[in-house]
Amino acid sequence: MNTVEPGSSALPAPLRAVDPAALRALQTRLAAAAAEAGLLDLSYTTMDTPIGKLLLAATDQGLVRVAFDRENHDAVLEQLAGKISPRILHSPARLAAAVRQLDEYFAGRRRVFELPLDWRLAKGFRREVLAHLPQIAYGQTESYAQVAAAAGSPKAVRAVGTACGTNPLPVVVPCHRVVRSDGSFGGYLGGTAAKQLLLTLEAAA
Amino acid sequence: MKPFEQLVTEHGAMVLRVCRAVLGPDEAEDAWSETFLSALKAYPELPEDANTEAWLVTIAHRKAIDVTRKRSRNPLPMEELPERPSADPPEEDQDLWDAVKALPDRQREAIAYHYLAGLPHREVAAITGSTPEAVRRAASDGIKNLRRTYLAPAAASVAPVPLPVGSVPAPASISVSKGETR
Repeated sequence: MNTVEPGSSALPAPLRAVDPAALRALQTRLAAAAAEAGLLDLSYTTMDTPIGKLLLAATDQGLVRVAFDRENHDAVLEQLAGKISPRILHSPARLAAAVRQLDEYFAGRRRVFELPLDWRLAKGFRREVLAHLPQIAYGQTESYAQVAAAAGSPKAVRAVGTACGTNPLPVVVPCHRVVRSDGSFGGYLGGTAAKQLLLTLEAAA
Repeated sequence: MKPFEQLVTEHGAMVLRVCRAVLGPDEAEDAWSETFLSALKAYPELPEDANTEAWLVTIAHRKAIDVTRKRSRNPLPMEELPERPSADPPEEDQDLWDAVKALPDRQREAIAYHYLAGLPHREVAAITGSTPEAVRRAASDGIKNLRRTYLAPAAASVAPVPLPVGSVPAPASISVSKGETR
């Protein structure tokens, strides 16, 4: 923040007064103008859900990142700036469909997400694993070993765990449906409680 | 590199104050938008160690020059302006904006970039093509002029005019920044 210098107190107050609502309107207008000019590489918004606040980020190709609160949203945005582009603006309008579908999902009214996805943050085998996950039906689970076999590498059980643990699109790409062979939940980037809540939600609907 | 949104959050209000002081409230919002749009475009090439405030003010300064040039070429409004979400400034503020507008360019810029943006005289001089000493003088003279025309409009007329609500009577001497080395 700017330091207030001695002489600046001599300025009439209206020179400094800024209406927060006017500033918010300008920011909304900027995001729209930036998108129109092809300068908005990443849009993001946040939403409240039963598993905490989620950060949603999208490129012009689709949803590219869903992040849990515990991942630290500021840190996630900074990573996205480095990996994709620093041309990032808070732009809820561009994520309206994703927010609506996630709201429906958490209300038990949606089983399948119909959203364009940008897979660029998942590479190689991890991506093959993640691409298989939407085939695990809503309310069903598979073990890490089953997923490894389905991805064509039955011995790569540990790698499946890594792929799920680094899923850039959790909830939407359902890594929460992958559990341990003994039936226990296994780890989850969003926390075990979140994984349990999602599986309970799907079992009930 | 910081997400661009962080620059808008941190410096949006400052850039709006600067645009308003340099161009007046009517043209400030368009200048704000154009400043941040240009900044967004150039942002990936901005060196990590750059002073983002000075960079944004430099862009705002260029936008203001563009607007002023257009204005002098085309003194009449070209078309009906669309409705803006923000309201016109309160009437009592209009006297202030008139007083700011009446200042010489150098003084108005020095007030905007030094006092409102918080840039040191040296940075302001680099942006406006001046010297730190001249900027210091322009800022100080600008404040004196503003106080004379805005806070003491009675000087020009016979009848005493009440001060605008909320304003403070001008002190006998004005303390001007001593923080040059900042």
